[in-house]
Amino acid sequence: MKSSSTTSRLRKPISESSEWTTDLINKYDQEIARVAADFGLDTYPNQIEIISSEQMMDAYSSVGMPLGYHHWSFGKQFLNVERRYKRGHMGLAYEIVINSNPCIAYLMEENTMTMQALVIAHASYGHNSFFKGNYLFRTWTNADAIIDYLVFAKNYIAGCEKRYGVSEVESILDSCHALMNYGVDRYKRPPQLSNEEESLKQKEREEYLQSQINDLWRTIPVVEKQESNTEEQRFPAEPQENLLYFIEKNAPLMEPWQREIVRIIRKVAQYFYPQRQTQVMNEGWATFWHYTILNKLYEEGLITDGFMIEFLQSHTNVVAQPPYNSPYYSGINPYTLGFAMMSDIRRICENPTDEDKEWFPEIAGSDWQKTLDFAMRNFKDESFIAQFLSPKLIRDLKLFSVLDDDSHNTLEITAIHDDTGYRKIRRALVEHYNLSTREPNIEIYNVNLRGDRSLTLRHTLHDRKPLGESTDEVLRHLARLWGFTVRMETVHADGKTELTHECKVKR
Amino acid sequence: MDKGEKINIPTRDTSEPIFSHGQGGRREIVQPGNTDFITGDKVPRPPKQGGGKGDGKASNSGEGEDDFVFQLSREEFLEFFFEDLELPDLVKTQLATISEYKYVRAGYTTSGVPTNINIIRSMKGAMARRIALRTPYTRRLKELEAERDTLLLTHDADHPKIVEINEEIKHLRTKANAVPFIDTFDLRYNNRIKEPTPTTRAVMFCLMDVSGSMNEERKDIAKRFFILLYLFLTRTYKNIDVVFIRHHTTAKEVDEEEFFYSRETGGTVVSSALELMHEIIQQRYPTSDWNIYTAQASDGDNWEGDSPTCKELLVQQIMPCLQYFAYVEITAYEHQSLWREYEKVREAFPNFAMQDIAGLTSIYPVFRELFNKQTA
Repeated sequence: MKSSSTTSRLRKPISESSEWTTDLINKYDQEIARVAADFGLDTYPNQIEIISSEQMMDAYSSVGMPLGYHHWSFGKQFLNVERRYKRGHMGLAYEIVINSNPCIAYLMEENTMTMQALVIAHASYGHNSFFKGNYLFRTWTNADAIIDYLVFAKNYIAGCEKRYGVSEVESILDSCHALMNYGVDRYKRPPQLSNEEESLKQKEREEYLQSQINDLWRTIPVVEKQESNTEEQRFPAEPQENLLYFIEKNAPLMEPWQREIVRIIRKVAQYFYPQRQTQVMNEGWATFWHYTILNKLYEEGLITDGFMIEFLQSHTNVVAQPPYNSPYYSGINPYTLGFAMMSDIRRICENPTDEDKEWFPEIAGSDWQKTLDFAMRNFKDESFIAQFLSPKLIRDLKLFSVLDDDSHNTLEITAIHDDTGYRKIRRALVEHYNLSTREPNIEIYNVNLRGDRSLTLRHTLHDRKPLGESTDEVLRHLARLWGFTVRMETVHADGKTELTHECKVKR
Repeated sequence: MDKGEKINIPTRDTSEPIFSHGQGGRREIVQPGNTDFITGDKVPRPPKQGGGKGDGKASNSGEGEDDFVFQLSREEFLEFFFEDLELPDLVKTQLATISEYKYVRAGYTTSGVPTNINIIRSMKGAMARRIALRTPYTRRLKELEAERDTLLLTHDADHPKIVEINEEIKHLRTKANAVPFIDTFDLRYNNRIKEPTPTTRAVMFCLMDVSGSMNEERKDIAKRFFILLYLFLTRTYKNIDVVFIRHHTTAKEVDEEEFFYSRETGGTVVSSALELMHEIIQQRYPTSDWNIYTAQASDGDNWEGDSPTCKELLVQQIMPCLQYFAYVEITAYEHQSLWREYEKVREAFPNFAMQDIAGLTSIYPVFRELFNKQTA
């Protein structure tokens, strides 16, 4: 709207000093918004808040939720972050951004003007547009209602603490947290979180659920013949992968308020589920845009050389990828991979080589803004890598793939950056980001309805990877929620099942 | 509950278990920064403790988590350590003994002693006065000078009118200069006023029996108990005097070193220590100024005839002066006459406490017992 007038008017740098003021932040925000709009970024309205480092650590520890409920694990997280920050082990997050409408971004007051501008471009325009555009976020989260829901959750849990005691509530939360990753629907679209209805409906749901449960265990005298028929029937009829959902609906001895807490954790887990699946894309997208937007501003003469040097330095730090044999190596840096892939897509669109034309015939030479936008909207990490990781990038990053098989004595290099290796590497890398292979495949298999009400889980082995050491502990948490004995069976590749873990509860 | 029957309850600690993959199985890991590997190379497995290097999977899923450690400051530690404990009978004394004052600054006054002169304030005042008093002269001076200058344009310098004006200018200058640079009227003094401060001074008496029956181990227990009490008192009082009194048949005030380490033995007359303490209180620690705490450690083995004397001393003279008297008897055996006499004292004074300590481990529980918050 007013973009044309501002461009022509402002040719001298917005600021010279590294001190920020609210006015300057506003000016930068306006300019960044203008450039972002020129590039076709579609965002939620922005809400930018400036907070102290203390508050930042606080927000950090509640996994970036501004209105988290109370739980000790957040305090633990806080102390960890605080300790590492004080020792200088980590620069604090440049920003925290919340997938809500309006999109809330927190800036740290200690930062320089350059960093604030970087963060605004990164969070308020990069992440923001990703939240708004990506299909997973569109499907699974509801940015309009999340803040309301969190307020509801916080108040509800605080209310439970008052009524039933802090330690009661805490133990339920502990158990739910242990199963949080198994509290998501992977394929079904959840109903929209509705803000006010939520608390209105909650009572209704309590009563209804309780009646449902009683029904399940009702001992109706049944005809002998029928019983023999149902003998083979399992409950649930199909294995259930959403453990918390199953608990919420079916745990026999739970109080209504406990069910509601399980539900809250489930909703929060669901809210974070897309973020866990789009780490590379999300960070890559945001990094790509802060880089592109700030460079554009520099071209227009709106920012100084000094600004640019400071910006480039921190940008380079963010996208640094130490090699596998470096002491600083800790896996593939999602910022590096994401940023490199986004930049690479632009390169393929603008200056395709023959190789690119062969590998990416449909995007080579196309409009880069449209292609990037398409990529951002319709993929998650695994499919994004499967689709867009180019041979050039594999060469640039010198990726290689190592096979670690416990039946061999040595590790084997299965692929390097050569013609035969590109596809293999790409396939192996996709597996890194595939949540269903990263986490053990565990489902609820059966409930012994007629006997001791014990719950049986099944873990289907994938590549013979066994369960970790904390499995027993998690089962104990599950048993606390379920109220009766819980067993874990492991299904081997040949279809044999074996009882591997058991947590007995005596009644 | 721990009779072999298995009850499964999640441990209540700070670990946050989740379902995850353990070691083993088959996994293919993509790593960056290849240097000299080619396809088909066999590499020995890196040693396990080499962090997440060979095992990209673990570090891939997020940052590795450090052990959960956090630091408590000394204050925080003591806060926990002495949680729910309180010094009994504290309020009364605090209210009763506001006998100390400190001086605080409170603006400026026009009178005072020379050492308190505030130079900046005084000079500011003087300048203001000078400007104010000179103004009529300077105004007139300016008028005259302007008049003279205009006259000089048309007349010679020795024109009578000009000479007259010059005379007046000279006169006015002298007058203006006569305004004193500084006057007693200008002087300002820093003002200080007395503010009452509630007294927070305390003295702690440590009384210990060093008779032959107190062996090293018992002394050690006594020492630990004294240190605990000292730490506890430092939370309430900034400055604490500690008086060490040791006794066998006679009592003696000693320093810390001698109190704990010197080897002197003999029979036991507890009253000697109490008498000495009373003397010291009277001489050096008037009850109006000091909060007085006493901790006595003994193995309870007193000379039979002395115990009633002790009781008398306590009831008649000492207890009224004290904030608190804590007696610990370090013995695993039957209590003797001293304990029985002290029990009578306990009945008469609520701020008298006694406990027995059997061994090292019971020091802290006993201490908690002694200072447990009285819920009214």
